[in-house]
Amino acid sequence: MTPFTQHRGVALPLLRDNIDTDAIIPSREMRTVSRSGLAAGLFAPWRYLDPDARTLNPEFALNQSEYSGASILLAGNNFGCGSSREHAVWALMESGFRAIIAPSFATIFRNNALRNGLLTVALEQHDLDELVDWITVDPAAHMIQLDLEACSIEFDPERDKKVFSVDPAAQDMLLKGLDEIGLTEQSMDLVVRFEEQDQARRPWVYLPSD
Amino acid sequence: MLYVDRIFLHERTGSVALNGLLEKQRSVRRREHAFCTMDHIVDTLPGRGDDTLMPSGRDFIVATRHAAHETGIQLFDIVDADQGIVHVISPELGIALPGLSLICPDSHTCTLGGLGALAWGVGSTEAEHALATSTLRVTRPQTMRVSFAGLLGAGVSAKDLILFTIRELSASGGAGYAIEFAGPAIDALPVEARLTLCNMTTELSAFTGLIAPDQKVLDYCAGRRYAPQGQLWDQAAQHWQSLRSDEGAAFDQEHSFDIGSLKPQLSWGTSPQHCVDWDDAIPHVRDAPDASASAAWQRAQDYMGVTPGSQLSDYALDAAFIGSCTNSRLSDLQLAAAYLVRTGHKVAKGVKALCVPGSGQVKRAAEAEGLDDIFRSAGFEWREPGCSMCFFAGGESFGKGVRVASTTNRNFEGRQGLGVRTHIASPLTVVASACAGHLVADTTA
Repeated sequence: MTPFTQHRGVALPLLRDNIDTDAIIPSREMRTVSRSGLAAGLFAPWRYLDPDARTLNPEFALNQSEYSGASILLAGNNFGCGSSREHAVWALMESGFRAIIAPSFATIFRNNALRNGLLTVALEQHDLDELVDWITVDPAAHMIQLDLEACSIEFDPERDKKVFSVDPAAQDMLLKGLDEIGLTEQSMDLVVRFEEQDQARRPWVYLPSD
Repeated sequence: MLYVDRIFLHERTGSVALNGLLEKQRSVRRREHAFCTMDHIVDTLPGRGDDTLMPSGRDFIVATRHAAHETGIQLFDIVDADQGIVHVISPELGIALPGLSLICPDSHTCTLGGLGALAWGVGSTEAEHALATSTLRVTRPQTMRVSFAGLLGAGVSAKDLILFTIRELSASGGAGYAIEFAGPAIDALPVEARLTLCNMTTELSAFTGLIAPDQKVLDYCAGRRYAPQGQLWDQAAQHWQSLRSDEGAAFDQEHSFDIGSLKPQLSWGTSPQHCVDWDDAIPHVRDAPDASASAAWQRAQDYMGVTPGSQLSDYALDAAFIGSCTNSRLSDLQLAAAYLVRTGHKVAKGVKALCVPGSGQVKRAAEAEGLDDIFRSAGFEWREPGCSMCFFAGGESFGKGVRVASTTNRNFEGRQGLGVRTHIASPLTVVASACAGHLVADTTA
């Protein structure tokens, strides 16, 4: 996993509440048994006037030149609700997004993001509004700087940085770009010991191995 | 770090998890605790095989079969008598049991909370983690109890109860919480109805939902294929009966509703929280709680082609769908078929109506009772088990602008196909609407 320490980039506002993973990447855009090949399907229902013909919707921010190369998404409450599809995270990352800032996230989406090195920052609505006000003046020039070590968001030089909180375990995983499976595999002795005790307590849980 | 007792996969997202594992040359740590089914992409038309209406569907099916074979996990393949929708066959086969922790790369895994299992949806990478290590790192959720006083009236079901709850608490109202459903209305619910209720806890954005197991659940689980037997059963049953919240237990959040006069619910918009009593007017945007909701309501009403102030019964229906992990169990089908028998009604002219049983077991049990004949002669298609048109993967769809009454769980924009207008409701409301040719609830039962 790519570590996340700091990132500076163009921010794209998509401020609807409850943006579900069907909107982020519709099922019909998940065409292969793979974590890639998903970028063109990102926000397909909104980004295209006709998703089959790939006719771009000029009204949609992702298609507007001032947001070209955007790597930070500013979104509404409960971002990523609905289906558990990790493809939503893969599609965002393949499209160049490194971080999402929203008042709140759906749990499965947030867990998926963490495991792929996509930073999710939960920010109070009024703080988010300030960021939006700043970037929309001149999106290409008014970039946002995220620092995961300091848990800060730098934007308008005239204003104080925004500070966010992050779960320490998640922060560590992101900063170091850790492979969680590899990490857990180092503690398998704990799991074996648990199973020995648990098997005596809940023997019905353990099905015959053949 | 939680120990994961059971892992269930399906060909849509499980295939990616299994492939990830194989690519990194990892193995399934306890293959006897991992299961897989074909439900999401496989067609539900008679005579189906590996080829699907979804253009690349075959790739998913073949890859899943290959990976299941390579890793040695039990696969309920297309031709297996027990094949079906993951959250339907998981309880049916005794794979999900009270007190077990179970994960699946599918958001509706919380369904199994209906048995008192701790079951939750994850992504493919987390599924891979659980396959490789039998564990998952989980942030401890906060606790919420939602209690229901009163008993559901005639024609009102667990589906109406959960739609009402989502409408009250909002689509993000459960975020960060594990929710216990309790109270007299829950005690009175049959097990399959509890599965329906817990199924949609994810639409509250909750971690999961569950109900304390009681004698009904024990009776339901007894004798199932993977359930314990003999002395192990006695030991398990005794333990399961102890799985309840303590008297006076404190929850981080509590809600209680008297649902004695609850009416059938119908969705009017594009989020499960956009619901009203079936005979209530569609709300005006000006009455939305805030600016963001007001924008969402406007978008939803434009997409759905509905006008504030009108009633849902004003809208003609093009299609009706009975199925999905929410409402495709035998009791759902019995309820809908009983309506057809009782009223003698047929599907209205011009309405495309489908009934898709949730599993091979459900299908056979329904056919043994003659339900297939009842559905067919009323004008419904009778399908093979699977998720079918609950979502659009590029294969079968209803078509742009088509208005569907559906027993599914999501009315998101485009969920059932580009431009499809989904109204989610109970099986009884869907069958009554299919026959009336417009959205309507049946409260005469």
